[in-house]
Amino acid sequence: MGMTMTQKILAAHAGLPSVKAGDLIEARLDIVLGNDVTTPVAVDVFDKAGFTSVFDKDKIAIVLDHYTPCKDIKSAELCATARSFAKRFDITHFYDVGAVGIEHALLPEKGIVGPGDLIIGADSHTCTYGALGAFSTGVGSTDMAAGMATGENWFKVPAAIKVVLKGKLQPFVSGKDVILHLIGRIGVDGALYKSLEFVGEGVKALTMDDRFAIANMAIEAGAKNGIFPVDEQTMAYVTGRFTRPVHVFEADEDAVYESEVVIDLDTLQPTVSLPHLPSNTKTVDEVKGLPIDQVVIGSCTNGRIGDLRAAAAILKGKKVAKGVRCIVIPATEAIYLQSIKEGLTEIFIEAGCAVSTPTCGPCLGGHMGCMAAGERAVATTNRNFVGRMGHVKSEVILASPAVAAASAVCGAVASPYDMEV
Amino acid sequence: MYQGKAFCYGDNVDTDVIIPARYLNAPSAEELAKHCMEDIDTEFVKEVTPGDIMVGGENFGCGSSREHAPIAIRASGISCVIAASFARIFYRNAINIGFPILECAEAAKSIKKGDRVSVDADKGVIKNLTTGEEFQATPFPAFINRIIENGGLLPYLVAKQKGGAAK
Repeated sequence: MGMTMTQKILAAHAGLPSVKAGDLIEARLDIVLGNDVTTPVAVDVFDKAGFTSVFDKDKIAIVLDHYTPCKDIKSAELCATARSFAKRFDITHFYDVGAVGIEHALLPEKGIVGPGDLIIGADSHTCTYGALGAFSTGVGSTDMAAGMATGENWFKVPAAIKVVLKGKLQPFVSGKDVILHLIGRIGVDGALYKSLEFVGEGVKALTMDDRFAIANMAIEAGAKNGIFPVDEQTMAYVTGRFTRPVHVFEADEDAVYESEVVIDLDTLQPTVSLPHLPSNTKTVDEVKGLPIDQVVIGSCTNGRIGDLRAAAAILKGKKVAKGVRCIVIPATEAIYLQSIKEGLTEIFIEAGCAVSTPTCGPCLGGHMGCMAAGERAVATTNRNFVGRMGHVKSEVILASPAVAAASAVCGAVASPYDMEV
Repeated sequence: MYQGKAFCYGDNVDTDVIIPARYLNAPSAEELAKHCMEDIDTEFVKEVTPGDIMVGGENFGCGSSREHAPIAIRASGISCVIAASFARIFYRNAINIGFPILECAEAAKSIKKGDRVSVDADKGVIKNLTTGEEFQATPFPAFINRIIENGGLLPYLVAKQKGGAAK
């Protein structure tokens, strides 16, 4: 019986000739990740269990991105715990303020993760690295602690849903629209415990930033991971960044998929998710005109350079509508610098946006853009749960950078097609 | 054996409502517990007493990977969670910290808020003492049972290193 791409990576890391859906395996880890929220809990568990060494200081990444630069004393204490652990074990991939980026933009950018890897991260959006042809999945702090101590963890081999992408995206339509559309079709538990394996001729026309956005939100359909085949674009991206050997895995011709979903990229429209579930999708045309108070452009989903370019193309020479706060957060320092060099930062500031240093901040209602009761945001982030960006009576509408930028200018949910660009 | 009154919630109870991110900088489980469920049920922390049982629908614990979610539920006094299905990271986290969870769609559908419920986690038997109904939860695979029997993933790994975990 053939294996999916995910199953092949798992089998290789478990030292098994083959695995099938439902098997429980113990597998070797290439990278173990944590952030300033999850690492302190992992450190506590690690120490209480009596571990005194890590499996490999080069294979652990600790990224202080959620509440940084620290918003208050409690957050500073959490960062201090994580910082001290990183120092104790001389962790190679430790990123603090000034060097930090949002973890899921930073790890690919720095070449810490690459094709064929098996990665666990104590952050649910760890599934992002599936864009590179890696198996990567979010876990909790105890899993992180176990991974750091032993370099292994247990997995249940997932069944898979095949997502066939056909055609090519139209202008102003992006990877974000693809994944919101998919979640709208299959639901927030449509891929529960499963892999989403993206295939088809439509893949090659997707930029790496599109693929990162798609894989990033696989968890929003309940998936264990989302994964893309490795192609020329993947190799071009990892060349010069990723220094470990690249392992390219391909699904077998007779791989078993539980179901199949076909998405026609040619006809895909800009899509948004209304409160309070990512699966509550509409095309932007169905809901445009809904008034908003805030726009957030950034996050591990959409804070990459391609996202900033898409937003800047719409904001160029325009002003953010009166009464709307527009917050732009480049996901890493390198993206921030690139945005300055390309003149994007100038476009944002002249339009009346606040441009921030990299942080997860507003996405999880942490800081840098929390909302009051009755307020509504259009955000390029990944979750619109009750209270996600602040007050329990505030609302988040998920959208692409182009839709978010158009909405900032119009002061209401707006379509990029209605803008003069 | 656990016994207590039921707190019932619907499908897709996410980790942001179990413990909102604005409290993730809290230094202790007790501090987290004070805010457990507050965005969908402000009465929960006032009414919960040790041993009570939480019941959810499909995809319980979806969203973030925060282990703070099962930690907050446990610290609030809840003895175990019954749901029709669990989001996978919550499922792992609960098992890894040795917090009992039971998957049982029939029980999740039938149990109403305030019902007295007893749970035999070892056997997976759930009894609604108010209505007299009895349910059987989906059993865990043997490997996961070993983690649970050892009290969580880290105690399991420590026991395994000492050669004592393979019960």
